[in-house]
Amino acid sequence: MSGSIRSVALAAVLLAALPSLAHGDEVKVGVLHSLTGTMSISEITVKNATLLAIEEINATGGVLGKKLVPVVEDGASEPATFAQKAQKLVQEGGVATVFGGWTSASRKAMLPVFERLGSLLWYPVQFEGNECSPSIMYSGAQPNQQALPALEWAIKKGYKKIYLLGSDYVFPRTANLILKKHIAATAGTSLVGEEYMPLGGTSFGGILNKIKSSSPDVIINTLNGDSNVAFFKQFSAAGMTAAKLPVISFSIAEQETATIGPKLVAGHYAVWNYFQSLDTPGNKKFIAAYKAKYGVDAVMSDPMIHGYLDVYAWKAAVEKARSFEPKAVRKAAPGIELDTPLGKTRFDDNGSLYQKVLVGQAQPDAQFAIAWSTETAIKPEPYDPLSFPGKTCGAPK
Amino acid sequence: MSTLALGLAQLFDGLSAASILVLAALGLALSFGLMRIINMAHGELIMVGGYLMYVAQQHLPDRSVALGLVLAFTGSAVLGAMLELSLIRWLHGRPLDTLLATWGVSLMLQQAARELFDPTGVEVTAPAWLSGSLAFDSGPLAGLALAHVRLFIIALAIAVLCGMTLLFGRTRAGLHIRAVNQNRAMASALGVHSRRVDLLVFALGSGIAGLAGGALALIAPVTSTVGQSYIVDAFLVVILGGMGTLRGTAMAALLVGMLSALAETFMSISTAKVALLLFVVAFLQFRPRGLIVARSRALDEA
Repeated sequence: MSGSIRSVALAAVLLAALPSLAHGDEVKVGVLHSLTGTMSISEITVKNATLLAIEEINATGGVLGKKLVPVVEDGASEPATFAQKAQKLVQEGGVATVFGGWTSASRKAMLPVFERLGSLLWYPVQFEGNECSPSIMYSGAQPNQQALPALEWAIKKGYKKIYLLGSDYVFPRTANLILKKHIAATAGTSLVGEEYMPLGGTSFGGILNKIKSSSPDVIINTLNGDSNVAFFKQFSAAGMTAAKLPVISFSIAEQETATIGPKLVAGHYAVWNYFQSLDTPGNKKFIAAYKAKYGVDAVMSDPMIHGYLDVYAWKAAVEKARSFEPKAVRKAAPGIELDTPLGKTRFDDNGSLYQKVLVGQAQPDAQFAIAWSTETAIKPEPYDPLSFPGKTCGAPK
Repeated sequence: MSTLALGLAQLFDGLSAASILVLAALGLALSFGLMRIINMAHGELIMVGGYLMYVAQQHLPDRSVALGLVLAFTGSAVLGAMLELSLIRWLHGRPLDTLLATWGVSLMLQQAARELFDPTGVEVTAPAWLSGSLAFDSGPLAGLALAHVRLFIIALAIAVLCGMTLLFGRTRAGLHIRAVNQNRAMASALGVHSRRVDLLVFALGSGIAGLAGGALALIAPVTSTVGQSYIVDAFLVVILGGMGTLRGTAMAALLVGMLSALAETFMSISTAKVALLLFVVAFLQFRPRGLIVARSRALDEA
């Protein structure tokens, strides 16, 4: 009895909410990133790139003739705040969609909110996979679009003894779980060590001794944040060099390199789907527009590009669906060809993005020279078949 | 790498960890040990030292480390004095209020660092004479490399310890500090200006935190949140050492540094941390007042 009352009430609320997605000549969109706290370092730049895309779209007539009005909220580096602000944006703010999130913890906290309210989140950061929500569009790399091609490239380069080093949380643990399966399945390749540093840890003396005594050919590094600075400073102070022992990092881009000290990172590798040095017309245009808006010293990063292209992907999907309704947009999004700073690409049915994988070698000026690239865009696989057999994404509802 | 070289490398690593702990904890040993102030902003005072080192490197010729350290010490000491005068003095004898207030200060300092400098943190690099290492390429010690910058930090920690011992043991100010620590009321009755002593101790403690930050910037990150990574270990060392004794703080730092270096050889970093904390808890069951007990004549202490 009370159940049916509740569902009638819910339906009434939803019906009341629907028309408010677009009223008059405007439509509101949510931008939800950490503007304060630890993660603000990274997330403010993604917010900036998202706002740039919104501004550009408005300058060329908006979406379906409506002007986009960004509603910016601060997730404050706290997963609980992300969940609360996501609910506020969708329920009270009446936004048509939300662009945001960075850490997996923030995404996991927001996921039930978007599923419950039937809204759509565009998530711009590379992550550990093993998740596939019909209410989230994942434009950042899946493990098979970063970790696995990196391993493949390292093995091709002749690095046989591999050391895995990461921060102690879900992304490095899951990425390494997948990497270990693939290392074990590749003849002639061996895992010589695996260590996790608590998040924010800065004391690498013991780990460096262990690394030296196990003499690996290469280190695959999934450390995050401050720990990377300490690691590279102490790595170099201990007399180790990129020529003798290269480090392949998954969480270091141009900006982090500048903070660590470009000289310390020079010669090491990073794996992303985007580097600032990427030579595409879309990228040149993006960099020029971003620098014009936020200053000539601005540095680009992979998640920024994904935050930027997400807005255009949403626009294309809305125009194809001829509706702002999140479910219709989700259904329309896959397969539309998008012209992005990454080049031409598209979303897959599973809600993730097709993209090329690039290995960049750090240069003394904190930029990366692209050392290798996959020939074609890789199809995103949220569930690695070797590590999570039998798990697949359901079709979008 | 031979077993001998690996053992020596771990020993050196333990010493290096101990010297970092001494530098991070000494300031806290002063404010927490002597004044019973739970200063949650201690980590941020270390951070301020790191940023001052960065400022010095940007504006001084040839990236002078010595001048950077002087600036880091003075800057943090002045900040500490301002903090004492404006906030801590008014919360005297209310430890919980001080805890909350200084925590607020720590958040403000973190956000200020983000606003004033690049939010991603700033780059501090060791000068050429500190960036190499004392490496053994052949013989039984092949593979062992003692980083210059770690040797420098060990030397600095020893120098600061010696300086503090002299200050406490040989100067009039030190005498006053010890008197106030032992019995505040009696010291005041005998004409020691206890509020001035509080100011001195807090400013000195903050200055040493800044000095630590300046030196640690050479091997650790300089970001708005880096203070958080020192604060827990610093409290651990001060409590283990016995509040208010320099010798205790130094010995506790050595013990914790060596034990964690040893533990990290056999287990993962996280497990080593747990083992260390268990050890400290067990140790405090037997010696609840730490390694070295400061004798006190105050009536409120057993």
